[in-house]
Amino acid sequence: MIRLENLSKNYNSLRALNNVTLEVPQGELFAYLGPNGAGKTTTIRILTGLTNKTSGNAWVGGYNIETEAVLAKRQCGSVPQLLNLDEELTISQNLDIHCRLYNIPRKRARDRVSWLLDYVGLADRHNSPIKNLSGGMKRRTIIARALAHEPKALFLDEPTVGLDPEIRRRIWGLIKKIQQDGTTVFLTTHYIEEAEFLADRVAFLSEGVLVALDSPKNLIKNIGQHAVDVVGRDGIETHYFGSGEEAKHYMSTQDSQLTMRRANLEDAFLRLTGKQITC
Amino acid sequence: MLKGWFAIYYREVLILWLRRRRYIATLTVSPLLYLTAFSYAVGDNFNATNHTYIEFLIPGLAAMASMLESYSIASEINIARFYWKIFEEFQAAPVSEAAYVLAEVAAGVTRAMISVSIIVVLGLPFGVFLDYGLLFWFAIILNAYVFSTLAIIIAMVVRGHADQFMLSNFIITPMAFLGGTFFPLDRFPEWVQFLLNFVPITHASNAVRSAAFNQQVASTSYVILFALGTIFFLLAIRVVKKARD
Repeated sequence: MIRLENLSKNYNSLRALNNVTLEVPQGELFAYLGPNGAGKTTTIRILTGLTNKTSGNAWVGGYNIETEAVLAKRQCGSVPQLLNLDEELTISQNLDIHCRLYNIPRKRARDRVSWLLDYVGLADRHNSPIKNLSGGMKRRTIIARALAHEPKALFLDEPTVGLDPEIRRRIWGLIKKIQQDGTTVFLTTHYIEEAEFLADRVAFLSEGVLVALDSPKNLIKNIGQHAVDVVGRDGIETHYFGSGEEAKHYMSTQDSQLTMRRANLEDAFLRLTGKQITC
Repeated sequence: MLKGWFAIYYREVLILWLRRRRYIATLTVSPLLYLTAFSYAVGDNFNATNHTYIEFLIPGLAAMASMLESYSIASEINIARFYWKIFEEFQAAPVSEAAYVLAEVAAGVTRAMISVSIIVVLGLPFGVFLDYGLLFWFAIILNAYVFSTLAIIIAMVVRGHADQFMLSNFIITPMAFLGGTFFPLDRFPEWVQFLLNFVPITHASNAVRSAAFNQQVASTSYVILFALGTIFFLLAIRVVKKARD
């Protein structure tokens, strides 16, 4: 469904994306994980036609994003990090304009908007101006807008940034539902638990380079599922073990302050890149 | 090729409709002030044409208002691009650059027509009844065509609101006052008159005024405005294409 082949992007002398190659099959929920400035948004912007690539190639739904741009754009639904809704207009009006942009026949557009508002739980607010909505409602509106033209691939750029935990969980539920309904989801995030909870596969991106790509379970398994944090004079040092017994044995041999916990994607990222995801 | 243009135009009109009271009030203030102040200040001392000064002023104000209103889409595009990021919704949609430019030009022309309609109505209590026929409105549309395409180019080239404001001050404000809007060009020194021939608003004032006074059709001015608008239209498509980073 989504294919990147040696995709690169330079901003003057800065290499924002460096020869990224990956493939996302249809129906997968794929997470792109990395710290701010890793190149996550740049990738999404290139795939959705907002930014020109410097080199390499990419396809969405089998269409080349450069030579078949219009067809490729029809396959994409995009939820940007910044909520680019018309604040003065109502939810329905925002969705209606989107349907007109994608040339959806009027009757079908009306049915689709009505169905989508129900789907994202905003049917009772369809006449509310965007400026009167909470952050979570705006996010659900923009997800509904992105789905209005029935895209095959949905790109979500940090979909829960700035939302409180309860709303975040609600958005996660919605994203899972979208995937279960057959849409391929390409998600960028720097929230570890988001990628762990949602993604079938995760790609680690650091300074524009793809450093790992696997299921969250395998990425964690590869470093050892049990982590022991050792508090020393130079800060916290973490050791990873394949089993709880090994971890406990290691702890019994140390006399410093120790904490045992389950390893997560942050640990995997740290181990592979030497950097933290969350800053 | 032009699919989707109506969606963008529809959005502009919808927003305009929501702001209609404020918008009409805003468009009324300046021409009303110009009409009152200039008609009293110049009044009977004006004898450059066979018309009263206020009759001379109304077509000039129409040319100026259509220029300012069609050019005002630059600020709307700027805000949509840098502040609300709504421009990205259009960039991500399967809509060509030509469709986008056409939609914004249509929005600029609509704004221009509204502002000129207000001036025509404001002229009535002052006893001004000119020929507001097809040629008059055609000149207004051509003028709006030139300045809305110019607005798109500038909105795409600038890097922020401050640049936009500065460029407007350098380009639009001098034209508003010098292009035969308030005073006949023959009041200026010859070298200024010569330079003003290269300014689109001079031709717009000329075309609008000759149509309103039912004089011989200023065909050269219509041709110049159309040609300039088309050149700007093609340039606008190019700069919209380049607006991707």
